[in-house]
Amino acid sequence: MSSGVIDGTAVLPERISRFPFPFPSDSYRYSTNVEPALKTVVTEAGAWGGRLLDIDEHYRHELTERDAVLTRDPTRLQVLPHMRPAVWDAISTLLPIMAAEHPDAMSFDRDGNACRWQNTLQDLDLEFTLGDDGSLPVEPLRFLGSQIQDDIALLDQREGALWLDAGLVTFAADWSFGFDVGMKFLEVHGPVPRVHQEQIITRAQQFLLRLQPGEKYRRANWTMTVDRRLDTSTETYPQWARDRATVAGDPALPDRLHLRVEVQHLIRLPHSGAVLFLVRTHLLSLSDIARVPAWRERLGRVLAELPEDMAEYKGISRYRSAASAWLLGT
Amino acid sequence: MTATALQAKVHPAVEGGLLLEVADLSVQTASVTSITFTDPAGTALPGYVPGSHLVVQYGDGANAYSLTGSGRHPSEYTISVLRVDDGAGGSLAMHRLAVGDLVRVSHPRSAFAPVATARHHLLIAAGIGITPMLSHARAAAERDSEATLVYVYRPGQGAHVQQARELLGPALAECTDRGSFQEELTRRLTDQKLGTHLYLCGPAAFMDTVLARARELGWPQGRLHSEPFGAAELDQGEPFTVNLARSGVTLEVPAGISLLEALENAGKGVPNMCRKGVCGECSLQVLRGAPLHRDLYLSEQEKSANTTMMCCVSRSLDQELELDL
Repeated sequence: MSSGVIDGTAVLPERISRFPFPFPSDSYRYSTNVEPALKTVVTEAGAWGGRLLDIDEHYRHELTERDAVLTRDPTRLQVLPHMRPAVWDAISTLLPIMAAEHPDAMSFDRDGNACRWQNTLQDLDLEFTLGDDGSLPVEPLRFLGSQIQDDIALLDQREGALWLDAGLVTFAADWSFGFDVGMKFLEVHGPVPRVHQEQIITRAQQFLLRLQPGEKYRRANWTMTVDRRLDTSTETYPQWARDRATVAGDPALPDRLHLRVEVQHLIRLPHSGAVLFLVRTHLLSLSDIARVPAWRERLGRVLAELPEDMAEYKGISRYRSAASAWLLGT
Repeated sequence: MTATALQAKVHPAVEGGLLLEVADLSVQTASVTSITFTDPAGTALPGYVPGSHLVVQYGDGANAYSLTGSGRHPSEYTISVLRVDDGAGGSLAMHRLAVGDLVRVSHPRSAFAPVATARHHLLIAAGIGITPMLSHARAAAERDSEATLVYVYRPGQGAHVQQARELLGPALAECTDRGSFQEELTRRLTDQKLGTHLYLCGPAAFMDTVLARARELGWPQGRLHSEPFGAAELDQGEPFTVNLARSGVTLEVPAGISLLEALENAGKGVPNMCRKGVCGECSLQVLRGAPLHRDLYLSEQEKSANTTMMCCVSRSLDQELELDL
């Protein structure tokens, strides 16, 4: 984990060597790109994907940021009443996995419903009772969101459909969890261009409906963000939207513009039967991407080739040419 | 059994599953035994959604059985198996298991989950159909959600009845005859609060009757849930007579003997394969009378036409059936 490949004379830092670069080819289209979780992917710069819950150098900073967002805007966390068991199911599923994946920093012990969770990254040593909301220092989903960097969505399955009925989403890429909560999976994806004609969302839903307890899959999604800004939700639109128009002419574009990759995990929770959606956001500046020549070239070509409707939906149409030109040196 | 289980080829339905040890056997009734499996290494087993089933391999075959626990952090899996003497042999093999035997099982699979938004769960079970309902009732108790159970069983043959009483108290209604059940059913189907979901498990004909009554009383389809494996272990059925029109032969089909077996015993065997109502091979033309369809092969439309039946599992609603044979 500590080493990347040599870039000239320097070893690449982990933020680059562990970055989940998402493009296997020079053009990008939507697809139902799900694959089994936990498979390590080797990239031109290193590798990623060996763990379900990824912890990196931004761990403490991002969790502080999440807490600040939640304090400013509590609507980013919502749990419809029937989803309480699913939240506890998520806690009792994820904490043991996190402890097993990071044994140097964390441990989880369970005896019946009595649990002990230790997280040395936060100097935390906590005893609580599964199912007892009052045994945690904060409400259960907020607690889970204070331990993992991922945004969390929980889908209930009923009437042959999936419903976004609970979640903690502070790092949304241009959408609003508070607006979408309670919607069906197909409704949540209503605004995405192309995917409906191509039956991509319907197929994804069929896949999720059949997911059996304990099964874990993942997919990657991407967009771009100006500066290392995690909270690009609809709610904070006035704070970040203007940068999209001005960054193209900014000489600092390569440092300001980031490729934003979401590694999304899809897990059928064992006891509640809810589908757990984890969204882990990674940001890497164009300057960093350019340190890996293969990435520099491929991202440059993907951005140049991307059809306009997709670029518009991703919100990158105003600067993607400038970004592509810089990457390709044209 | 240990040797059989381990030597047999791994059945596709349990591939990638678990190898568990029989930890306990407990006799529920004269024909129902509960079997408890644990991990030989003593570790906790994967949790499961209430109403889930486990596929258990026996010899070269495999059967699905409902798990009876709530599914929360289980240290053991328990199933209850009705001995079916005229079955494919699965239930007999289960009844021959001994403590310490190793058995291949699938991961629990969910196909009969409780609806999280339900205001109330109305559970209706007949006979061995109690098993997934016990799972639902236990999960409801753990979640503080409301559940009522109507349990129909033959006098003296109520598996898990004591556990159901302890679990549900006044929310359990027991019926041991048809008349009292019909009365109870009508009452329960008409006095539920809005947002109640109905869950049903039992013999196929029983489920059809209850579902038809519920629809008659205005229940929307989305509120009705029945366990697809309720009919996996078929009951012995009532005796009936078949009249073979072309051969001019009349045969008695006693309870516990399938029509296919009765035909074979009389030297009138017909082509057959799965003997479980799945493959469609043993189809017979019915000239008169209404079959009791228990197969998974014919469509609903074909079943209601009453002109075709699968003789390996289906029986008769009428005293006598006339067949084109």
